[in-house]
Amino acid sequence: MPLLDVNHLDVRFALRRGDVQALRDVSFSLERGERLGIVGESGAGKSVAAFSLLNLIAKPGYIAGGSIHFDGQDLTQMSDRALRHVRGHRMSMIFQDPMMTLNPVLSIGEQMVECLKAHRRISSREARAIALRKLEHVQIPSPSARLDQYPHELSGGMRQRVIIAIALLLDPDIIIADEPTTALDVTIQAEIMALLLELCEQHNVGLILITHDLGVVSQVTQRMLVMYAGRVIEQGPTREIINDPQHPYTQGLINALPQMATPGSRLNQIPGSMPSLDNLPTGCAFHPRCGFIDRADGTTRRACIDEVPGFVTSGNCRVACHMVAEMLERERIPAEEIR
Amino acid sequence: MNATTQAKTQAPAQVSDAAAPLLEIRGVVKRFSLSGDFLEQLKFKRGRIVREQKHVHAINGVDLDIQRGEALCVVGESGCGKSTVARTVMGLLHPSAGEVHYDGQRIDDLSHKALMPYRRRMQMIFQNPYASLNPRMTIQQTLEEPIRLHHPDWTPQRIKQQVADVMASVGIAADWGGRYGHEFSGGQRQRIAIARALAVDPEFIVADEPISALDVSIQAQVLNLLMEAQQQRNLTYLFITHDLAVVEHFGTRVAVMYLGRVCEIAPTATLFARPRHPYTQALMSAIPRLEDDRPQHIRLEGEVPTPVDLPSGCVFHGRCPHVNDRCRREIPSLIATDDGGQVACHAVEEGRID
Repeated sequence: MPLLDVNHLDVRFALRRGDVQALRDVSFSLERGERLGIVGESGAGKSVAAFSLLNLIAKPGYIAGGSIHFDGQDLTQMSDRALRHVRGHRMSMIFQDPMMTLNPVLSIGEQMVECLKAHRRISSREARAIALRKLEHVQIPSPSARLDQYPHELSGGMRQRVIIAIALLLDPDIIIADEPTTALDVTIQAEIMALLLELCEQHNVGLILITHDLGVVSQVTQRMLVMYAGRVIEQGPTREIINDPQHPYTQGLINALPQMATPGSRLNQIPGSMPSLDNLPTGCAFHPRCGFIDRADGTTRRACIDEVPGFVTSGNCRVACHMVAEMLERERIPAEEIR
Repeated sequence: MNATTQAKTQAPAQVSDAAAPLLEIRGVVKRFSLSGDFLEQLKFKRGRIVREQKHVHAINGVDLDIQRGEALCVVGESGCGKSTVARTVMGLLHPSAGEVHYDGQRIDDLSHKALMPYRRRMQMIFQNPYASLNPRMTIQQTLEEPIRLHHPDWTPQRIKQQVADVMASVGIAADWGGRYGHEFSGGQRQRIAIARALAVDPEFIVADEPISALDVSIQAQVLNLLMEAQQQRNLTYLFITHDLAVVEHFGTRVAVMYLGRVCEIAPTATLFARPRHPYTQALMSAIPRLEDDRPQHIRLEGEVPTPVDLPSGCVFHGRCPHVNDRCRREIPSLIATDDGGQVACHAVEEGRID
């Protein structure tokens, strides 16, 4: 059984004009020590997915359906008290903006000790020793001096290192990182990602990495999900999706990267923009922007417009696209006839 | 004839040598004071009152030429001074030293009024389309404003026509005109910001991270739009970005900045094929790529020093793997390389690295 198993997760935000469905039928799993990437553009629901794993969805949001099984227990049914044990202790989170995560009026050491003492019955001295060890793990220069410094005294990259150290404090099984390097420069980003990767491998910690950067995902993760308008539209091994994307949206996203075009030529843009969640198109949410729909024949085309596509398996990947389904169907029949 | 009228008569004439650069920046320095006013600068030390001033050295002697029709990209990490260069060029900041020449005319010392004709010819696109559009103006008003300012003699019909033309050319539907900025997505707003820059038919555009706030699929749309506009209108760009993948696609030449100095300038293909400066090499190796193999990322020691207390000698020496004594003492100047670029590095000059 996988360590984390999310099934048919449905998250809604109750607004005055009615519920807005932020996540629809999201299912995925994570094995112990596995690294999973969640990719999508803003508004795709990737951060909501991450937040709902720890039941951190703030009102008016709520989990309307589905289950999140972590180590055999359903987090959606858990009491707040029991959840508090899971949060930070078994699963911890790294947010995008380090300055928002760290308390500006507490020294680094105080924040780390506070976190440790909230979860474990230990003395301050022991807690401080653990904090120091974690700071050494994240390769911060002169860690003992850092314990008494305040967040504003550190640079962006150092702060993100401190946050990784805090995320690792209680030896969690899974780290959820929501755009951990988006606010950082490229060279610092490369260092932080290398560090995160190294620590996850060393301590056999699972990683759920939420990002919009396909380059980062392809360097760090083993499997990935692609999200669009609140749904997962493609999932599978990262290498396979990057090298041979099946869903037209994933293809569009990869082909739109400047590195995929000859310098100076026109980029392969996806027309239009992501629909807002309270006004989704019928059928496949991507169909108004899909470049392949004109090539589809009558039945498939109607299906794209009217029916929400289910998942079909293509190689090791699962894809939610009527056209991919039709293509696979066509390939399957001749193969059987030959047999 | 005073400077003001001289500039006025010269600017619209546009008699210029095609080979001369459109824009030249000569030894520009920009410092920002950190010490507040005079009284705040007074400190009591060892029984004496002394005046202390601290500065952020945002750019320290930058020389750049921008040729007509090219897209010069300036890349670097946060705090390297790339945005300060853009703002100084546009006259939004006054350089502490050095000169900015536009089409042969020095513009950094011109009065506000004398600068107006140049302001029409050079326009700017900002990073954040949420902040750069006035929330209380409709799109029509936003696009009309610069035209009214620069062509006070135009009739309302002519202004409307110009707005309609520019909207069509950047792919804005005509019915957007009556709507407000908040009704649009980031990509659409950036389109509007580009339309506003193009409304007065400029020849030179300074774009400060114009696509950094946008999603990947929208970035491609906006980059395509900028490239189309360049071809159709024969624009010259100064393009500020931290995204090297964009630079490789968009730039004619690239200038890499570090801590307020240009450390390397080269034609884009040359720079990407063979980065010479150790900092450029580290920067290139840090780009996350789609390819399988884990990258051989060149790790730099330490972090970017603060621009308040600049290091002696080469600003990069504290993090450079090839540092020697001369690097710590002497500031390297840009020297021409055999493949058409320029690099400011003692190690390259001495042949210690190739």
